[in-house]
Amino acid sequence: MDMFALYNYWVVIFLMMTGFYVVIASGNLVKKIIGLNLFQASVFILYISMGKVSGGAAPILRETVQTYSNPLPHVLILTAIVVGVATTALGLALVVRIKEAYGTAEEDEIHSQDESL
Amino acid sequence: MRDNPVLRVVTKITIPIILLFSLYVQFHGDYGPGGGFQAGVIFAAAFILYALVFGTQAVRIVVSPSILRLLTASGLLLFAGVGMVTMLLGGHYLDYDTLAQNPLHGQHLGIFLVELGVGITVAAVMITVFLAFAGRRD
Amino acid sequence: MTLTQLPALQVILPLIAAPVCLLLRSGRLAWLLSILVSTTALIIAVLLLRLVLENGTVIYSYGGWAAPWGIEYRVDIANAFVLAIVAGISTVVLLFSRVGVSYEIKSSDQSLFYTAYLLCLTGLLGMTATGDAFNLFVFLEISSLSSYVLIAMGPDRRGLTAAYQYLIMGTIGATFILIAVGLLYMVTGTLNMADLANRLPALAQSRTLRVAFAFLTVGIGLKLALFPLHLWLPNAYAYAPHVVSAFLAATATKVAVYVLLRFMYGVFGSSFTFDSMPLQFILMVLGALAVLSGSTIAVFQHNIKRMLGYSSVAQIGYMILGLSLASVSGLTATLVHILNHALMKGGLFLAVACMAYQLGGVRLADLAGTGQRMPWTSAAFVVGGLSLIGVPLTAGFISKWMLVVAVLETGWWPLLIVIAAGSLLTVAYIWRVIEMIYFRSAATADGPPQEAHWSLLAPVWLLIAANIYFGIDTQWSVDVARLAAQLLFGVHA
Repeated sequence: MDMFALYNYWVVIFLMMTGFYVVIASGNLVKKIIGLNLFQASVFILYISMGKVSGGAAPILRETVQTYSNPLPHVLILTAIVVGVATTALGLALVVRIKEAYGTAEEDEIHSQDESL
Repeated sequence: MRDNPVLRVVTKITIPIILLFSLYVQFHGDYGPGGGFQAGVIFAAAFILYALVFGTQAVRIVVSPSILRLLTASGLLLFAGVGMVTMLLGGHYLDYDTLAQNPLHGQHLGIFLVELGVGITVAAVMITVFLAFAGRRD
Repeated sequence: MTLTQLPALQVILPLIAAPVCLLLRSGRLAWLLSILVSTTALIIAVLLLRLVLENGTVIYSYGGWAAPWGIEYRVDIANAFVLAIVAGISTVVLLFSRVGVSYEIKSSDQSLFYTAYLLCLTGLLGMTATGDAFNLFVFLEISSLSSYVLIAMGPDRRGLTAAYQYLIMGTIGATFILIAVGLLYMVTGTLNMADLANRLPALAQSRTLRVAFAFLTVGIGLKLALFPLHLWLPNAYAYAPHVVSAFLAATATKVAVYVLLRFMYGVFGSSFTFDSMPLQFILMVLGALAVLSGSTIAVFQHNIKRMLGYSSVAQIGYMILGLSLASVSGLTATLVHILNHALMKGGLFLAVACMAYQLGGVRLADLAGTGQRMPWTSAAFVVGGLSLIGVPLTAGFISKWMLVVAVLETGWWPLLIVIAAGSLLTVAYIWRVIEMIYFRSAATADGPPQEAHWSLLAPVWLLIAANIYFGIDTQWSVDVARLAAQLLFGVHA
């Protein structure tokens, strides 16, 4: 059936929704960042699976190969992965500082500490 | 962890291999999977392994934070500097054809330098981030 | 280095200056480098604006690779207008921060502050100048990451949670934009905005295109703090260092509004945007809700910076209302308000910063009796507030007037009521502050705080005087905005 031939998009949607749910529903700050990573990983898979040409080889120049997969999505995803790594590092640095300042990394406890001001 | 003899010996054997592999990945980026970011991260992973087994103080003796700050800035300056040189030589920004007599050699040289800059910055930043996190006492 | 290299230099000079600032240990040297680079960026932006007004769109292809294979920068009137605004605000804020930064940031961290500031400037300028959709995402993330760092640099620990919330929401927004760019690439095979504009009309019925447009609008809406995606903004502006609040309030969301209108009019075209997708209705409702809710919540705030943050949400609502009218005059009103709001909010936040440095806090109660002790700063706040309300002879009046003219053209009377209600609510919250400043006496036991240092007052009054100037002589604001709007409309019918 045609729906299952496009299984890569189902994977993308599943990961995207899982990641988004973890970001929204989770109370711990570190878990939110992990959810964000899942969410971004789904986008990477969207790009890379989109770039595959059926019957194409990996986009590395070789003598014997006629058809290559599209190399542009790979390049775009390298950039996006670096951006994701930088965001994760920055987010975790903020969590470390928050933990030191508030004593906890749980969102509701931080909220109640701020409300009491 | 430095008291455990197995960890100590295996680390001392594998760290040079990791560093060598990162250099391989760095310079084979245009004809295989690889390039600046990947090589920088593998290079930093070697230092992080050393820090995990022997302690962050040992790594700070090898690379001090001020050296790391210098490397972070100079990698980015190398990348941007290559672009400025191509502008001064008459082309547009990052037009590698102007860097050598033969445009093909120019492209090779341009990509080599640019990826080197990226690799240096990424390795320095990753080690800095690790030391910043690991150096905090709870 | 000829004039043709200007679009590249606009973005590259701050990018090169940022790691040099990292190497400098001294805060003063870092400030000196930053102000030099920002002034150069301003000169380049003004030169580009003149070049574009005379000769038409300036195109610059990176690496010598022609579009659509290479990344190109396309600077037309709308671009150059926003570039000049961003560079101008950045220079004025840097003039302020020579003394201002020493109040809030440790001297060992000051060179890091200027590094992050220059990276933010690079990101904003790059977002504006680029003609490639993925390059836009890259510069968007550069500016966003550096603004998270800048917001977290303040002494208040709530700045950390504000920066964290902004990080989560901003990264989701940027990832939505990435999804949209991926879907667009999937359908057309190109990332270049001009090329996309050529290929998209043939695909107008494709569902992928509609999904891409939806993701794009929501993603950009998160970055520009469109109601109801504005939750990060009040806290981020309130707890950031005062200099950072002024810079981000005047530039970051405006550039996001520019990106939205570039995609709506320049890439997708107004016929797709307004006929095929119900964006007119959605943006109109959200804009009206932003104006009403932002202004109402601002009336109840005790923290002045938080009040100005909610006020920014309302002002962005005005810009979105202008966008939703789907006419040249509506687009002109939005572009004029981008300039005027940058001047207003920049001046107001810097004036509040002057008061906060002397009085030690930004709560409403702390400001009692400031009128006698800091007359110049208080006067600056009053003029900025009048401009926010829309009193004639100020820049705010011009924006409101253009918006009212555009609404009258379409004949939707309820929007006039929304605009009037927004102005009345603005009077309410500005009056609270003015009453506290002028009509209450100070309660402190210490000696009276003096007027702010002249190097802090000069940038404040520069922005406030610009408010009055653009309220009287509108040649450089309205006429340029109208040309830009006509150009954007002319891309597609």
